[in-house]
Amino acid sequence: MADPNGHPPAVEHPPEYLVRVEHLKKHFPIMQGIVWQRQVGAVKAVDDISFGIRAGETLGVVGESGCGKSTTGRAILQLQPPSSGRVFLEDVELTGLNESALRRIRPRMQMIFQDSYDSLNPRHSVGKIIMEPMVVQGEMEETDRRSRMAELLDLVGLNPNHAVRYPHEFSGGQRQRINIARALALNPDFIVCDEPISALDVSIQAQVVNLFEDLQRKLGLTYLFIAHDLSMVQHISNRVAVMYLGKVMELADRDDLFDDPLHPYTQSLISAVPVPDPKLERNRRRITLKGEVPSPARPPRGCVFHTRCPLAREVCSEEVPEYRGIFTEHFVACHFADPKGGSKIPV
Amino acid sequence: MSAILTVKDLVTRFYTFDGVVHALNGVSFHLDQGETLAIVGESGSGKSVTMMSLLNLLPMPPARIEDGEAIFEDDDGPIDLLKLSKPERRRVRGGKVGYIFQDALSALNPVMTVGRQIRESIMEHLNPGEKAARDRTIQLLEHVGIPGAKSRYGNYPHQFSGGMRQRVMIAVAIACDPKIVIADEPTTALDVTVQAQIIELTKRIQDELGIAVIWITHDLGVVAGIADRVLVMYAGSAVEISPVDRLYEHPQHPYTEGLLAALPRVGAKRGKRLASIEGAPPDLLEPPRHCQFAWRCPYNFDRCWASVPPLFEVGDGHYTKCYYDMDQERPR
Repeated sequence: MADPNGHPPAVEHPPEYLVRVEHLKKHFPIMQGIVWQRQVGAVKAVDDISFGIRAGETLGVVGESGCGKSTTGRAILQLQPPSSGRVFLEDVELTGLNESALRRIRPRMQMIFQDSYDSLNPRHSVGKIIMEPMVVQGEMEETDRRSRMAELLDLVGLNPNHAVRYPHEFSGGQRQRINIARALALNPDFIVCDEPISALDVSIQAQVVNLFEDLQRKLGLTYLFIAHDLSMVQHISNRVAVMYLGKVMELADRDDLFDDPLHPYTQSLISAVPVPDPKLERNRRRITLKGEVPSPARPPRGCVFHTRCPLAREVCSEEVPEYRGIFTEHFVACHFADPKGGSKIPV
Repeated sequence: MSAILTVKDLVTRFYTFDGVVHALNGVSFHLDQGETLAIVGESGSGKSVTMMSLLNLLPMPPARIEDGEAIFEDDDGPIDLLKLSKPERRRVRGGKVGYIFQDALSALNPVMTVGRQIRESIMEHLNPGEKAARDRTIQLLEHVGIPGAKSRYGNYPHQFSGGMRQRVMIAVAIACDPKIVIADEPTTALDVTVQAQIIELTKRIQDELGIAVIWITHDLGVVAGIADRVLVMYAGSAVEISPVDRLYEHPQHPYTEGLLAALPRVGAKRGKRLASIEGAPPDLLEPPRHCQFAWRCPYNFDRCWASVPPLFEVGDGHYTKCYYDMDQERPR
């Protein structure tokens, strides 16, 4: 059962997990006052989430804007130190490390951002951008760095002769390849991909997604793949976590999640995604949610989804549902979830 | 069914310091009464420029409409939208043709209440009197699903959420009983659950009022759900026009085929590679004198490099700008 604070019991993560996240919280204070500042509230961007990522797998994270998916990625990498909770990379607790220890472990974990242009220095050549992580790490000679850089450009499908060019000379898809090359420079194990394809056109998206998959196969990478495009997440992920207002609502193997979604939010999210098939679209019965996502500064009491949930009853506005396993490896935070389909929205 | 809008050989260019951008290279299409025509294409393919050319919304200079005509069937006879005087143009914009923009926050005036913005448009085009205009505004706000429409009348755009703002945009677009509504990526900035609401609302309003809708998008999923016919654009040209079912079952242009194949399929197994279109769209500063897609096309042959293909009719209302017959697997 849930403990008095409404926290779910600690989820046990066996050692095969590369990354473990336990009761992670990231709250941003809301300050008021000019001279005497005082905290008047907090935006609960990420509010008590726990999950693990297995070595070599892709964990997809989906959710609407403001659900805390990007903050989760940043908090795991300690780019924004979590408010509370613990994050492990294998047996190292990242949340307990000081600056210099964190710096030593950083080469193992990298991030790729959505905006491929903003994340590249426009005044540096592509070669310099890709070599910078190696310079910072300081363990390689200049000539080794150059050959590694050429190797990386080749690996991501760019011409090594283009190292002398600048970011603005490349297209969006190519720039994302440069970002990937830089992230790979120090042989990481784990990469957080924060909406890496959202800004790209459809025909280019497929190229970049294929590249992600090829690299994973070749280098044994582990991805946390954040996106709002459900069909892409379904394509690339082994397992998928669905977030809503700072909480994980459901986490399961991707086929289980898409074939048999248990949480009402997951069901409506999947139902809202338009399918590129006109005949199917015409005959589809859609679950249309009312309203929009509430502000994370004032999340609803009880289950955060109850204000929009078609199944909500009294208990939902009072008690926070426990995040629990319904089937093996299929976790849901809903009062009515059970193996018999108690949380299914009738269509 | 009769066409309400017929566009022929529309050519728009931008004269910039870097050179002449060939934004539209002879776009032709028609819009039937009450139907939904979806225009799909990647960024820079000319979707928005086409619509903005029709309504004269492009900054001139640098833009210049070099050629073409756009015949709109008005109540008192056909008029060419490209040859209107300023007052005539004002009568069309907002009155005969409504426009829903992608970014509602920058399309609405931030220092004017939403009620006043809608009322202003009604007064300008229909002029029913202040009181009637006010009542109509409140009715419209209710109609597009804004709860407490009466009390929201005096609110400013920033006081609405993204989805509600888009509803206000729709209310503005339909305020003066237009014949055509142009929806320029109206749901791209919204979350999927809100997108579903807006699509549902647009469909409902279209059925009720019998408006013809041109829906610009890059999302082939959205197109499948809303369109009667589809116009596919690539590098400033209409490369394929087709009824929606035919397009998804029988794409007749290699670009359309590539786009559809690049989408992840529901229920597909993991590890299956997505079919991608290699390369990137061409630079519009120096358009080639051959098929724009030839560089990226898996079927290209000598004729593709010799001249720009015309629009071939390949079925009932189905046209493609391609020399290769994909059904017969040989050149036409």
